[in-house]
Amino acid sequence: MAKGMTLLKKGAEADLYLGKWYGMRAIYKVRVRKGYRVPQLDERIREERTAREASLLHEVKLLGIPAPCVYNVDLRSKTIVLEFVEGSRLKEALELGRPKGLPLFEIGECVGKMHSHGIIHGDLTTSNILLPEGGGMALIDFGLGFRSMDEEDMGTDLLILKRALGSLHHERARAVLRRILEGYRSAVGFADKVIEKMLEVERRGRYFPER
Amino acid sequence: MARRREQGKAVLCLGIESTAHTFGASVASSRGEILSDIREVYRPPLGSGIHPREAAQHHSKIAPKVVCEALRAAGVRPQDLDAVAYSKGPGLGPVLRVGATVARAIAANFSKPLVPIHHAIAHIEIGLLTTGLKDPLVVLVSGGHTTVAFFSKGKWRVFGETEDITLGNLLDAFGREAGIPHPAGPNIEELASKGRRLIELPYIVKGNDVSYSGLLTAAIKRISDSRLPDLCYSLQEVAFSMMVEVSERAIAQLEHNELLLTGGVSANRRLREMFAKMMADRGGESRAVDPKYSGDCGAQIAWTGALAFSSGVSEPLGDSEVLPRWRFDEVEIPWRRG
Repeated sequence: MAKGMTLLKKGAEADLYLGKWYGMRAIYKVRVRKGYRVPQLDERIREERTAREASLLHEVKLLGIPAPCVYNVDLRSKTIVLEFVEGSRLKEALELGRPKGLPLFEIGECVGKMHSHGIIHGDLTTSNILLPEGGGMALIDFGLGFRSMDEEDMGTDLLILKRALGSLHHERARAVLRRILEGYRSAVGFADKVIEKMLEVERRGRYFPER
Repeated sequence: MARRREQGKAVLCLGIESTAHTFGASVASSRGEILSDIREVYRPPLGSGIHPREAAQHHSKIAPKVVCEALRAAGVRPQDLDAVAYSKGPGLGPVLRVGATVARAIAANFSKPLVPIHHAIAHIEIGLLTTGLKDPLVVLVSGGHTTVAFFSKGKWRVFGETEDITLGNLLDAFGREAGIPHPAGPNIEELASKGRRLIELPYIVKGNDVSYSGLLTAAIKRISDSRLPDLCYSLQEVAFSMMVEVSERAIAQLEHNELLLTGGVSANRRLREMFAKMMADRGGESRAVDPKYSGDCGAQIAWTGALAFSSGVSEPLGDSEVLPRWRFDEVEIPWRRG
């Protein structure tokens, strides 16, 4: 299957190859076997995540949230074939310090829309938000995603994003988060409750003096 | 005395550990020699957890004996010491105060500087000392901490951690419910080695973090209808795999090729094997702290105290209050570059 394909990235969980799908450039995302896990557990986790990622990608697209198209799913080889989206990741764009023109409000709005329809991303880091060349944004990597209407799960999603911004300069991280949350508020009626939950989950972490 | 002369200009530090079950004392030199390591462990009655007041009473009773033995075994007189280090936090308040009181008394009596040490930083430093690793990704798994950390700009930074209970808590709490005597970890490991069937339990990874409270609840529910070895086996496999998974994410993102496994739970052979396998598959290497020093001990405090004091860390007696909730990513590490 890997014939004629180039390995783009060996991630923690999956290998990403660039190949073709009926003539179109496509990403083959292969969840590889993990030798440290016993086979039965490994099989269960890889299959669950492959199936989940494919179905959630499809679902968010139906909500009008930009995400790559799923061309194919193969649960036996734990492989998803995805549309190749040319562009950079939010992480790199932020590190380069590109000050204006980042679609931060739109990112918040899309995350909000996703949450208000009961989808939790589960790994909402700045590496999993793409900035396609043509503009706008797209969400990827739904392998840890799940369905929930619990405000705490939504808050945890936002906390992961907040932590991912932690590598930036303090002031800048705050400004970026503020803009993203403005977008989030515009899409979620109960946004304040979710943000309150985010702070609560953060405090629950161990050894916070103010707890 | 011969030993003392060999030290040359090396700093000699007495370390007092008293954060939870263990009261420990040790003498270490800034050259990385652990000259003694004596400890006494408070054992709660079967089925119950640590009682802070009773643990504190236990520690105050045995403290003089443990400290004297540590000095004698090292061949060091109190007046030969350069500094007295103690675990300032985090931990149980009443227990921490016993260690701090003992350290203050010795420091005041012999006019020695007092060195405050963060217990988790000490787990990391004793791990670095005994493995020889220089700049690894650190996985700290114990009763007080479950954290993946890396060093940057003078401090240890958290990459991922538990969102609720620690891996040590998970094993202890499960052990109590299942009637497994304390310390639960080694007993669960022994039972797990006889387990064959994998019982389905929740595997919860959230971004870079793990969450063990749901796993604990689910495992406790299965005590009545499962073979205990199978349940122990399944609990270990699921809990450990979660930890290795978030660590592999850190390795991939931060591009480290070395990993240090430290803290009490790192004594578990299955956990070590899983980390070794993950790192080998990525072309790197995982090493674990010497099992002699994986659990709480005076040696971790004495050695870190020697390092810290050599970099000018000390505190006036008046500032030596304990910090039961001290986070380790707040601590400045002047003795480490990067």
